[in-house]
Amino acid sequence: MGLRAADWRSIMNHMVQYSAARLDVSFAALSDATRRGVLEQLGRGEASITALAERFNMTLTGMKKHVSVLEQAGLVVTEKVGRVRTCRLGVGGLEDEAAWIEKYRRRWELRFDGLDEIIEELKQKEDQDGRKE
Amino acid sequence: MAGKNSTVVERRSDRELVVTRTFDGPAHIVFEAWSRPELFQRWWVPKTLGVPLRACEMDVRTGGGYRLEFGLDAANSMAFFGKYIDVTPPSRIVWTNEEAGEVTVTTVTFEPQGDKTRLVLSELYPSKEACDEAITGSAAGLPEQFEQLDVLLVELVA
Repeated sequence: MGLRAADWRSIMNHMVQYSAARLDVSFAALSDATRRGVLEQLGRGEASITALAERFNMTLTGMKKHVSVLEQAGLVVTEKVGRVRTCRLGVGGLEDEAAWIEKYRRRWELRFDGLDEIIEELKQKEDQDGRKE
Repeated sequence: MAGKNSTVVERRSDRELVVTRTFDGPAHIVFEAWSRPELFQRWWVPKTLGVPLRACEMDVRTGGGYRLEFGLDAANSMAFFGKYIDVTPPSRIVWTNEEAGEVTVTTVTFEPQGDKTRLVLSELYPSKEACDEAITGSAAGLPEQFEQLDVLLVELVA
């Protein structure tokens, strides 16, 4: 009933302000020398946040912040396996199907969170009506 | 949020995507939230999307039709429409999406599990290509836009 992934994309085409915002985020991400260094490093292969922190002589917290900025700009993707978060370069339009399915899943998840609220409302209303009778 | 029910997606075949989620309410209530237009439009489009629902007509019964129109104004709007093939309260709704020229069939079932409901939603696309398109989109550059929107939505919803 509308808003499958393809539909979202069409709606997005109307939302040029997001493109501008996205560019801002990408440029901001690239404006920092450490973050450019991280991208260069990841270009040679994936690495954990711990390894990146060591490589750039930074605290883990500091590196996490940098990676988070890169991740929000879509330049880096991260994956947590056990206790290790591995980073690799984001590959834009060439992301694999698993990544796409995850986005599709997140869209349903957002929608279903809203549905949860309505179900809760309806349950409470039914309880109240039940008590009145 | 602690204890939130998880949403699971599986590509069951070349043409079919299946989404599964449990809701903390009986099936007749979950069904109501899907079949009453004034409730449906409150959750189907997250407010944070920023694109208003301009029109929402839903005649939720077997053989009935629906039409949803999104957009900021008439010139920048998109319509989605189709028919309800099977509406069986409170256990099943099947509808078509016909705006793309081809027909996609979506089946939602509501299975009681104690005082909860397990919802299974299946989208059956007309071809492998249409299914791929739904998952991946075909235009370059747009994935990042999605990512951006996802981040935005997650931030706004959090």
